[in-house]
Amino acid sequence: MSEIHFTVNGQEASVTAPPMTRLLDVLREDLRLTGSKEGCGEGECGACTVLVDGVAVNSCLIPVAQVAGRVVRTVEGVQPAPDVLHRIQEAFLLHGGAQCGICTPGFIVMAADLLDKNPSPGREEVREALAGNLCRCTGYQRIIDAVVAATADPIPPPEVISVGDPR
Amino acid sequence: MLRVIGQNLPRADGVAKVTGSARYVDDIRPEGCLYGATVRSARAHARVTAVTRDPQFDWSGVTLLTAADLPGINVIHLMTNDQPALADGLVRHATEAIALVAADSRDRALAAARHVRVTYEDLPPVFDLETAEGSDTVIYSSEGEANNVFSRVEVHREPEAPIDKRGLRVIEGTYRVGLQEQLYIEPQGMLAVPREDGGITIIGSMQCPFYIFKALQHMLGHDRINVVQAATGGGFGGKEEYPSMLAAHATALALRTGKPVKMVYRRDEDLRATTKRHPAVVRLRSAVTPEGILRRWDAHVIVDGGAYNTLTPVVLSRAVLHLSGPYRCDEVHLRGVAVATHTPPNGAFRGFGAPQAFFGVERHMDRIARELGLDPAEVRRRNLVTDGDLSCTGQVLAGTAGFPVLAAPLQAARPEIPPASPPPGGSGAGWKRGRGMALVFHGCGFTGNGEAWLKGRVGMVLRGDRVRVLSGSTDIGQASETTFIQIAAEELGIDPSRVTLDERDTDRVPDSGPTVASRTCMVVGGCVQKAARMLRDAVSAETGGGADATFDDLLAARTSDAELAVEYQYTDDGSLTWDGDNYRGDAYPTYGWSCAVVDLDVDTDTGEVLYRRFVSATDVGKAINPAVVAGQIEGGSIQALGYATAEEVVLDDQRCMRNDRMTNYIIPTAADAPEMVTVLVEVPYVGGPFGAKGVGEIPMDGPAAAVAQAIEQATGAVLDQLPMTPERVLAALEGRA
Repeated sequence: MSEIHFTVNGQEASVTAPPMTRLLDVLREDLRLTGSKEGCGEGECGACTVLVDGVAVNSCLIPVAQVAGRVVRTVEGVQPAPDVLHRIQEAFLLHGGAQCGICTPGFIVMAADLLDKNPSPGREEVREALAGNLCRCTGYQRIIDAVVAATADPIPPPEVISVGDPR
Repeated sequence: MLRVIGQNLPRADGVAKVTGSARYVDDIRPEGCLYGATVRSARAHARVTAVTRDPQFDWSGVTLLTAADLPGINVIHLMTNDQPALADGLVRHATEAIALVAADSRDRALAAARHVRVTYEDLPPVFDLETAEGSDTVIYSSEGEANNVFSRVEVHREPEAPIDKRGLRVIEGTYRVGLQEQLYIEPQGMLAVPREDGGITIIGSMQCPFYIFKALQHMLGHDRINVVQAATGGGFGGKEEYPSMLAAHATALALRTGKPVKMVYRRDEDLRATTKRHPAVVRLRSAVTPEGILRRWDAHVIVDGGAYNTLTPVVLSRAVLHLSGPYRCDEVHLRGVAVATHTPPNGAFRGFGAPQAFFGVERHMDRIARELGLDPAEVRRRNLVTDGDLSCTGQVLAGTAGFPVLAAPLQAARPEIPPASPPPGGSGAGWKRGRGMALVFHGCGFTGNGEAWLKGRVGMVLRGDRVRVLSGSTDIGQASETTFIQIAAEELGIDPSRVTLDERDTDRVPDSGPTVASRTCMVVGGCVQKAARMLRDAVSAETGGGADATFDDLLAARTSDAELAVEYQYTDDGSLTWDGDNYRGDAYPTYGWSCAVVDLDVDTDTGEVLYRRFVSATDVGKAINPAVVAGQIEGGSIQALGYATAEEVVLDDQRCMRNDRMTNYIIPTAADAPEMVTVLVEVPYVGGPFGAKGVGEIPMDGPAAAVAQAIEQATGAVLDQLPMTPERVLAALEGRA
């Protein structure tokens, strides 16, 4: 057991755990920050994505000892204020970026980080940046629409073409 | 004039999902909760001779259960009660559950499960779906049927006059599809909490709370059971059957220990042990005129159900009913058989037999076009059914939309995207561009008289000026909650912010039927609309308000503030006739129609396929929420593109999944997904709410065949087997397929 200190979403955290405990388990079980999800447990699906010192990582692959003294940001830390959504969260609502929602926290962390670093990525850059997060519901179209809509130079997403009753 | 229907209302649970506060089962941790784990068979077919504890392991605080320790009846109740909760002396497939453990942490439960020793005496297994029927080794038997046959379906339509056989060409083909994993991103999980009355509360990830209720009621012999749906991270059919198994296991451990027990599968366990899409072999033989007009259509399908029945007979039924495609033909003979093998049971998966049928049907239409030197889309157009035509069961088709959906995407797909622009780094010399299309229809809702038999119910409660909808239908991501709110708000003429849905708890909501079969919006949504009418009538009766008064006028005239509750139960209006013994009549209340067009590049050096653009047109009757509907179509289409080229389940010598990880069972990423253009066609169905038809499954049906046609158009390689992995594409290019 080790005592490990780090910062989570602007707050000091201190946990006593075996040093090789997965950061994901510490977040979910010790700190009760259950927004980060476990989809695969081996760094493939991205549902557990968090930022460590501003770098996106799969928290299921990171031993908690590795974040000692560092700054962790989870989906719970994305909102600018308790009752205010981040613009990427607003865009996910507006454009149907979330369906079952289990992958959504990972996408939100990833997309918010992308926009922090590059306020106006093109559609292909967005697609590339999100390729490490798996979604089985949306086909990604509406996730990409949402992120593009939240950029500094939003391009309206392609419309669903409705032809009504053709008869 | 519609005010709420047709609007892209944000999903009701959206804020919880984008902030990470939505509560999935693994986010719930009651005081004193134990963790369950499962000991599974390493053998496909064997006698279990002993189950013992490894004496080297510290068993303190660990509970171990085998079949003999289960409460009540050792059966997972569904169609035929052939599947035990725990194998009792005999295992019929690798990964079958043999024993359960519970401990105070997940790691310790998993460690304990690894230290349970099982000894086996191997028996001969049956693995091959083409030879399982009638085998001397019996997996499943029923009265008057060959060994290992779960079910059989035949549909025949005889011509009114003898067919003139002069000048007809007979064209034959065989088409094969493999397993596909649903791969919901949230693994299966269930929490069982003992109740003070000796009963059990189940909270978990599920599609069908009442299936679980009935399974536990059958097992325990009482009904002190309530089942609550937690936020559910995708289902796609995969959370229709096996949640009952997890619930039974967690219940057994919870009742034994007297503590809450949570079972959440790790990904590898979920992949190895739970249901997948049925593998199938489709054989087609057709007689056609030189112009490609179908005169006779003979089809045969074998589906592999695995070791237990699950819902396999229903899957077979839907497969056969879609086996003549949306095409006109005077003489049709469709036959199907579902067999048992010593493999993990297959089950429900979006499309439910239809994707397997359509890969065969649509590739066969391509074969006809190829052999006759015709354009594939034109062959389909020449045979396409329209209103007034008869289906294979003799149903007079109405509200068809085959022609509009066939025309729209080919229009929208113009202009051609520029010729192959290969990814940087490659020589580019071997890349070829192709376009392919496929046309499908999909029966919406249960087959035949299923709804009349089920009689689903929906409740509605008025309190003050707010309305609550009570339904056992689950939102598993498809936004049924939002859809129901829009239907109720439109019908009552009130703002959708005044409508909410109650938590899905079998103690508090009525059984609306399972969340399956493209029925939730069309059938249960229709019940929501009728419940809203009942509620309005009830308020009207109370206040004496007239027919032209608005709902809010009626509310203003209320003198009582008492809660007002109504419940609508599905009523058969007698408009459908179905003869299930002979497969004649109205097989489905209505059909959705869809055409998929895919542009792709094939690397002829490696066999790799890159999707460039995907355009589809789908008849949805009426889009209650167009963004939600398009989201269903896009997500289902990508799942189908994965089925087409990427998703392959590799089995070991005991037929256990070897690639049991997300790193080697490959589903499409954002980088693999093409840009998508989604066209919605709305030919209304009078029986659906505001004209809506089912939409959940149809996007799964066509794309795989469209991909095969596009590969063929690009390279000449003919592929009639899924998935079309690079290895299979290369083999086909070299003429080895």
